[in-house]
Amino acid sequence: MKDDLLKIKEAGLAGVTAANDLRTLDDVRVEFLGKKGSLSQISRGMGSLSAEERPIMGQMVNDVKDTLEAAVLAKKSELSQKAMLEALATETIDVTLPGIAPKIGNLHPMTIVTEEICQIFIGMGYEIAQGPDIETDYHNFEALNIPASHPARDEQDTFYVEGGHVLRTQTSPVQIRKMETSEPPIAIVAPGKVFRSDEVDATHSPVFHQIEGLVVDKGIHMGHLKGALTQFAQKVFGDDVRTRFRPHHFPFTEPSAEMDVSCFGCGGHPEKMPTCRLCKAEGWIELLGCGMVHPKVLERCGIDPNVYSGFAFGMGLERIAMQRYNIDDMRLLFDNDMRFLRQF
Amino acid sequence: MKLPISWLHDYIDQEAIGNLHDFAEKMTMSGSKVEKIHHLGAEITNVVCGRIEEILPHPDANKLVITKINIGSDDLVQIVTGATNLTAGDYIPAALHGANLANGLKIKKGKIRGVESNGMLCSVEELGYTKADFPEAPEDGIYIFDSPQELGSDARAALGILQDVLEFEITSNRPDCYSIIGLAREAAATLNVPLVGAATSRPLSAINDIKEYINVEISNPNLCKRYIAAVVKNVKIAPSPQWLRTRLIACGLRPVNNIVDITNYVMLKYGQPMHAFDIRAIDGGKIIVRNAVQDEKIVTLDGEERGLDAETLVIADSTKAVGIAGIKGGEFSKILDDTTTILFESANFYGPNIRQSSKKLGLRTDSSGKYEKGLDPELALACINHALELVEQFGCGDVIDGMVDVYPTPRVEHKLNFDPAKIAALIGINIDLAGITAILSRLGISVDGTAATIPTFRSDITIWQDLAEEVARLYGYDNIPAVIASSSNAGGKNAEQKMVDTLKNTMVALGYSEMLTYAFESPKVFDKLLIPETSYLRKVVRISNPLGEDTSIMRTSSLNAVLTALSTNYNRRNPEARLFELVKRYLPNENPAELPKEENFLVAGGFGNMEYCHIKGVVENLLYVFGIEQEQLTFAPTSALAFMHPGRTAMFSLNGEGIGFCGQVHPQVLENYEIGASSYISVINFDALRNFANLEKKYKSLPRYPYINRDIAVVVKTTVNHGQIEAEIKKNGSKLLKNVQLFDIYEGKNLPEGTKSMAYALTFGAPDRTLTDEDATKAITKILTALEQNLEAQLRS
Repeated sequence: MKDDLLKIKEAGLAGVTAANDLRTLDDVRVEFLGKKGSLSQISRGMGSLSAEERPIMGQMVNDVKDTLEAAVLAKKSELSQKAMLEALATETIDVTLPGIAPKIGNLHPMTIVTEEICQIFIGMGYEIAQGPDIETDYHNFEALNIPASHPARDEQDTFYVEGGHVLRTQTSPVQIRKMETSEPPIAIVAPGKVFRSDEVDATHSPVFHQIEGLVVDKGIHMGHLKGALTQFAQKVFGDDVRTRFRPHHFPFTEPSAEMDVSCFGCGGHPEKMPTCRLCKAEGWIELLGCGMVHPKVLERCGIDPNVYSGFAFGMGLERIAMQRYNIDDMRLLFDNDMRFLRQF
Repeated sequence: MKLPISWLHDYIDQEAIGNLHDFAEKMTMSGSKVEKIHHLGAEITNVVCGRIEEILPHPDANKLVITKINIGSDDLVQIVTGATNLTAGDYIPAALHGANLANGLKIKKGKIRGVESNGMLCSVEELGYTKADFPEAPEDGIYIFDSPQELGSDARAALGILQDVLEFEITSNRPDCYSIIGLAREAAATLNVPLVGAATSRPLSAINDIKEYINVEISNPNLCKRYIAAVVKNVKIAPSPQWLRTRLIACGLRPVNNIVDITNYVMLKYGQPMHAFDIRAIDGGKIIVRNAVQDEKIVTLDGEERGLDAETLVIADSTKAVGIAGIKGGEFSKILDDTTTILFESANFYGPNIRQSSKKLGLRTDSSGKYEKGLDPELALACINHALELVEQFGCGDVIDGMVDVYPTPRVEHKLNFDPAKIAALIGINIDLAGITAILSRLGISVDGTAATIPTFRSDITIWQDLAEEVARLYGYDNIPAVIASSSNAGGKNAEQKMVDTLKNTMVALGYSEMLTYAFESPKVFDKLLIPETSYLRKVVRISNPLGEDTSIMRTSSLNAVLTALSTNYNRRNPEARLFELVKRYLPNENPAELPKEENFLVAGGFGNMEYCHIKGVVENLLYVFGIEQEQLTFAPTSALAFMHPGRTAMFSLNGEGIGFCGQVHPQVLENYEIGASSYISVINFDALRNFANLEKKYKSLPRYPYINRDIAVVVKTTVNHGQIEAEIKKNGSKLLKNVQLFDIYEGKNLPEGTKSMAYALTFGAPDRTLTDEDATKAITKILTALEQNLEAQLRS
């Protein structure tokens, strides 16, 4: 019996060593260690042994079993490792193939720029306000101190619709709507579409976008206007940008100004400026109109100009987007060609 | 408005003006924006004044001569020319070797028919001008100076064509600055130097001989504030002197003759137009400023007959209109070569009326452009007196003593009270009354106590804030310290605005790119879209003055926007497109006094690698992001949309309210838009969706007991759709049913004709226990029974 056991051990170990794959190894395990395997059969034969021999033999059977199990385990690990390596070798793919995923889309450049500007003003404590595209004559003109005889109301600039309403020519009517419905302090920016009767070309479109700003509170003065707009310009165009405020005229502000920023092309550099096409050798780019809200405008909206003052500003957004992305033709913005839209 | 710097020297010390660019910068920063600096004559170089010393015949060409020109150097310059108007001793402009002339012409020495020629003698054309600019120039030949010139000196200077001119952008509140004097006043204020010589020195005559020639009556003093007439007899029409002509040219005007040039010169100087009539055309010796009779006709100076209406102001004599007031003179009364006695008009008309009339007539002139801005009636006297002064100075006629000046309500300087502290507070600077007074005085505004006296030419200053602007701009906007306001507002976007961001960001994540389309379109789009004649979509807000028919209506749907964009991409051979936009549509209001309704719609569309389920997937994902629960949402087939494929379009509803559709575009519509690929679109009423949106998420506890999965496959008629089956399953699945997922559709072999198999994975579970097989089986039995009863569905074995 002892001899049988030794034979089983040797045969088992030989079988394990010879096994080349996991299946063969498992066959070997079943043959020697399985329920019906050689070792089990030996164990069953132990009933015929004497009481003294039985524990000794039992011990021996266990030793052989441990040895074989250890061998099987070791071999199994070895074969698994090998099998994995083989599998990995066959699983090689072309990792340079195109990726598969739903293509992400793109926001329109006008949306991106508008959002960026809104976020700058939100950071300065402004809310976002909106108004209708089709406006009353009152909101678009009259309330903004643009009387019926004002040249800005010429048909050549303004689209009129039935009922005497207009396609708003500026985002300024949103100022009026805000002041009519809110008490100061007010701090808003109002982005949106505006409409002017311009034929389409590389720099004109009958539909374009503006953003309007309005701050009304006690004690607001021109220094606040300069501070807010200079900060805005630096956030949009970089800390190096310089601003200048020139006196100007708007019916709805007094005093009024235009803000220029140093030219993005030449930066006002004395050597580059004379040949700069972007600023036409001026060194400055006209960016926006602004001013202190005209007392008549405040009054019409029910805000006492003796108590409150405010500043307002408005600017076109297309030019900022075109500058930002080097877009040389405004028509591209309304063209909706995927090859253009996918670039942003 | 153009300002020749040499003209400005008449009124402001040249040294104070200093460097041209610095001066331009200062003017810009004080509110008179310099748009452009013109260096007239700068393109012309190396053209000098020379004297012809000798003219010799050309040995080989009888149409050419050889000239020897003295240019002040030791050697004479030999120039060959074909001109025939020369005599020895003439002073002429000579372009030397290397000279640049107008139109890019370059002069080089060379041989002409074998004879050396070292330059070119110039006509005015070669210097960039015409005979109209230099009436004394010969019809066809070299320009000859009428007086000796310094030899070798710059011919441009001698001709007066070397001029620096500043071009200003004038804002609409400053009509006074559309004049040389107005700009000179601004320059003086900006530089803080005195303005000299702006007033005319001609004394007014006390004798009134003029009454024998003319009477003036203003019948509508609201539209004509002042009318001054003066008469000049024995007029000698001739060219005006060169200094005046070069000023006109520098300002962009063409010299005509002495009388016309004088009126133009005065207009440039003071900003008020003047007019000259031939007195022979004034019947009855009387000028009447009156409204036109309705449909009254007049032939204007340009030879056109124009019909007038009763709102238009005319200058008339006792029988007829002789000019349209402030706009254009009449042909009949114009100055002719044989005119001997003229009537000068210097008048003030009401701006808005001139603007209206000019618009109605479609006739915009230099004159109407000036008047419509609103002029100071005080100017009228200065203008006419200066014109008469020039007439006398140039000897072009005898001025009749006196003027007729009808001025019903003289304008007076008004007083404006101000509070210096308020001005300082609005600007945000420390300035006291003395500081304010000092600045205002530079502008001719005198201050007495806290009352400012506003000159008549500054009608734009009516409230103290206007004074604040005057103070601020001369104080210097750049000198106002910038302050960052400490905002008391929290700022930020409201819920609605955040939803727009969510919408756009979701569409981008779903692979769609944002487009941008016009809000107006063509009325033809409805036919292209097969929209029925009776559809409400055809009731549009029309633009009264569109750029063209293609942009004449406000859109009532987003369909044309997306299909046009798809068409653009298809026709540019882009293999696929995925586009979206949040657009407004505009519906007319029943009450036209109210604003039209503006509604927000999401439109999305695409073609290429796309089928129906893709566009539906976009809708499902979008609604998921907006917190729409599965139970709220139903999709149902529709064939009711004319522009959509009748078998491939679904309407979807939230709690039974339709909020949009998705599907394949009708092939006929695709053909109308020249799109050759199957295209899919969806339109969602975003305002409605916003009402259903549930973006305030609340956590629901995760299931504590495992769920069981069961698959079923049922055979149904092909006409039964998934939505019906799913609804039936959900309705009968009891509370235990957690999820229904279609995983297979099969049609064909082993199935009866006209049927299909639909396989669903069902998930069951309970919050308080592990389900048993029995539970699931019971639920499935109920589902299958319902499917069989209601949809004739058979369990597929």
